[in-house]
Amino acid sequence: MSSWRNRGHAGYWAFLVHRLSGLALVVFLPAHFLALSQAIRGAGELDAFLAWTRAPAVVASEIAIVFALAVHLTGGLRLLFIEFVGWKSEAQKALIAVAGGVAAFCAIAFALNVV
Amino acid sequence: MSARAESRLWLAQRASAAVLALCVAMHLATMIIAVRGGLTAAAILGRTRGSALWAAFYALFVLAVATHASIGLRTIAAEWLGWRGRAADGAFAGIGLALAALGAYAIVAVIR
Repeated sequence: MSSWRNRGHAGYWAFLVHRLSGLALVVFLPAHFLALSQAIRGAGELDAFLAWTRAPAVVASEIAIVFALAVHLTGGLRLLFIEFVGWKSEAQKALIAVAGGVAAFCAIAFALNVV
Repeated sequence: MSARAESRLWLAQRASAAVLALCVAMHLATMIIAVRGGLTAAAILGRTRGSALWAAFYALFVLAVATHASIGLRTIAAEWLGWRGRAADGAFAGIGLALAALGAYAIVAVIR
């Protein structure tokens, strides 16, 4: 999968996006848990943190991480179907596009509500 | 690691992925709706505090993500860094447990 020969393939890019989005989510996750843990000291502490998240750079990062989450979900669903339903149709390229499109829709919907 | 243990990890990765598909879809929908009009501690905690349903949902979510992430990282380390063996297995099991512990702490913070 990682040889240069395969790099023009939609499947290779889907693999790379799935892996990089997964890595981004793993890096984000401990910070997400620690942020929510602020509530252990009361709503005031959590509100102070939430005020910080309204900075434009943080909002942009949130939109990016929502896209990473959504694209990891849709790409992962495609992989589960391939592995367990044997879904290896000619339409893989279109399915990859749909996975990206649904993820972009989620990120845009989040962005429109958060901004 | 034995072939049997490897295949168990493969299955755990896929089973946790299936659970996560439902949890993440729910989480995305909740997030997209919840951020309308700005996120406040009162809104978040008003939804979660004392809710056995949200506690059960997040417990399942954290367990699945700790499993999925640690096995996924182990695969990436083996394929991209060539890091495998007992030390790597121990490190990624530790990462999984640390994620589960952090997640459990966050659940307690928003539910109790």
